Amino acid sequence: MKGAVKKFKGLSDKAIAWLFITPTLILLLAINIYPLIYAIRMSFTNFYANKIGREPKFVGLKNYKKILGKEEIWEKMQITAHFVCWTLVLQALIGLGLALLLNRKFKGNELLTTLIVLPMMLSPAVVGVFWTYLYNPQVGLFNYVVNFFYDFGVFDMIGSSTLAPWSIVIVDTWMWTPFTMLICLAGLRSIPNYLYEAAEVDRASKWQQFIHITLPSVLPFLLLALLFRGIENFKMFDLVVELTSGGPGSATELASINLKREAFEKWKTGYSSAFAVILFVTIFGFGNVYVKVMNKIKER
Amino acid sequence: MKKILTVFLIPVFALFFSLNAKAESLTLGWAAWDPANALQELSKEFTAETGIDMNFEFVPWTSFADRMLNELNNQGKTFDLLIGDSQWIGAGATYGHYVKLNDFFDANGISMDDFNPATVYAYSTWPKGTPNYYALPAMGDALAWAYRKDWFDRPELQAEFKSKHGYDLGVPKTWDELYDMCSFFQGREIDGVVRYGAAINTERGSEGITMGVTAAMYAWGMEYEDPNNPYSMDGYFNSAEAAEAVEFYRKMYEDCAPPGHSDAYMVANLDAYKSGQVAFQMNWYAFWPGVYKEDSDGRESGFFANPCQNVCAATLGGQGISVVSYSDKQDLALEYMKWFARPDIQQKWWDLGGYSCHMDVLGSPDFVDSAVYAQGFLDSMGIVKDFWQEPTFVELMLPMQERIHDYVVNGKGSAQEALDKIIEDWEEVFEADGKI
Repeated sequence: MKGAVKKFKGLSDKAIAWLFITPTLILLLAINIYPLIYAIRMSFTNFYANKIGREPKFVGLKNYKKILGKEEIWEKMQITAHFVCWTLVLQALIGLGLALLLNRKFKGNELLTTLIVLPMMLSPAVVGVFWTYLYNPQVGLFNYVVNFFYDFGVFDMIGSSTLAPWSIVIVDTWMWTPFTMLICLAGLRSIPNYLYEAAEVDRASKWQQFIHITLPSVLPFLLLALLFRGIENFKMFDLVVELTSGGPGSATELASINLKREAFEKWKTGYSSAFAVILFVTIFGFGNVYVKVMNKIKER
Repeated sequence: MKKILTVFLIPVFALFFSLNAKAESLTLGWAAWDPANALQELSKEFTAETGIDMNFEFVPWTSFADRMLNELNNQGKTFDLLIGDSQWIGAGATYGHYVKLNDFFDANGISMDDFNPATVYAYSTWPKGTPNYYALPAMGDALAWAYRKDWFDRPELQAEFKSKHGYDLGVPKTWDELYDMCSFFQGREIDGVVRYGAAINTERGSEGITMGVTAAMYAWGMEYEDPNNPYSMDGYFNSAEAAEAVEFYRKMYEDCAPPGHSDAYMVANLDAYKSGQVAFQMNWYAFWPGVYKEDSDGRESGFFANPCQNVCAATLGGQGISVVSYSDKQDLALEYMKWFARPDIQQKWWDLGGYSCHMDVLGSPDFVDSAVYAQGFLDSMGIVKDFWQEPTFVELMLPMQERIHDYVVNGKGSAQEALDKIIEDWEEVFEADGKI
């Protein structure tokens, strides 16, 4: 141990920094960067990973043209956009609402917070399986609860093309709203009390306090939570596969599910690499724009 | 100290060496279902005879193809023997995943003439129908139907059905009769509980709805391609009769399936039937021994082969057993296959609940009376038809799953449009594969 300390003593700060960073960099290069470059290379070929011995041919931009010109791909993107947008809207509204409630001091606050956070801790596969039971029109609790308030009769959330896209939105919202809530709660608890005291002195109403103090203070936190959720939901796979398998038909076949089917069921490696690159660029582009907007909001 | 070490270490080393010197072993991969348990039981006899241990990896049906095909594509050595789906034979042979068995069969006196011809054609040969064998028929199977015989036997229901339809409530001979009967039970209260017509295949993720809808399409006379012009599908796969069959299947789904039965395959159909929800279930013969054994609380099951319509036909299931070419224990695996091909073992296989394809078993005078579903099985194996067995079968299956599910369950477009689009997708696959 002493020897090691001596050795470290002989190194400059920069060298020690590199020493610590290098393993991470190597892992990053091996696990993320190399596969990315490899996938980009593959995307210009007609490679099929299951056709052993068949050399991939360079096909230029053919895969990209095919994907971007395919009506079905745009349908999958629309389904993905519907899922991402609605989950973000609902998770922002409900998450912020819950955070505002839990920010007040009342008996059982901590227990309630723990209970609300529970869904987030479950495995998406487990959540998918038990929601399929909840949605079951014959024995599921969901139908029962909805019909308790208004008699819609028997309806099949997963089997109907109109309802199925909403069924996945509901489950994701149920599972991940606690995440948005927790981040917002952290934001709310960081607002100094003197701001509200000053507002009270200025006779600001509760609504004005919310609009001028609470919301601007919590907004960067909320946006950060939505950034994480947006990226995650753009790549959503497991929960939806367990819940609907992308069905009925292709009503809930998100881009990531379609990508998996092309890559690992149809084994169209070249084509699916191009699709993966397109999805990566899309998410990267959106992410960058979003971060810039978020930084501008913070600067205000 | 030395003594203690000696006393402690000797047994440890002895155990270590005894484990290493333990008998050789084989690993067999199959789907996780009733027949797999029967095979595990049967294989104990192989271990007793040869000293070769048998390990099994049974994968749930929903991930069976993914798991096994990934293993083969990665040239994995996990499995020495694989009981793979009939549709995999093309890929298994073309991409060299399976060992060609002709020389082995010749050397060991195993004749394919001893097995049911339909199963040899479907499970063993590639190119189709040629004497190039890549599997031994292991588990014969076809899609069939089970029904609530106890309900059918009720005089009041029989009388009501006859007055409504003009013929007896009994085993349906055609799909039209099947529809009459399953819609008769839809929403009907029996013993104070609301019942439904039929649990049919509607699963989206793997092969469920395709296996179900083809049961109707084959009965309407659908062919995949022009027999004189391979891979020419227009006018065959999307014929007016084929479209009518798909429309009929949608009608069955809408008018006979229990609520929420929109993504159902083997297990969901079994559950719907066993829980008393439905009068009929569509499923594989493999499940009938279990269904029959579990009849209780007044439930009495009857079984019948896929009904005819324009022609008599049934969807083929079942699998052949193959030796994986990446295995380091091919000799042992072949030894297992030699043992499994023996007529006495095949008889035990049937007795335990496996569906033997051996002619000695199927042709035995006792066979038909050996189980209530035996006659149906024999009838079905004479009329089976299978999905494409091309190396690209997964690429062919996926668009069919999507398009058919989109029409039958989702109600999107028309049956004709769905079939036309499937042909477009398939042509793309065949073009990429250099077949057209």
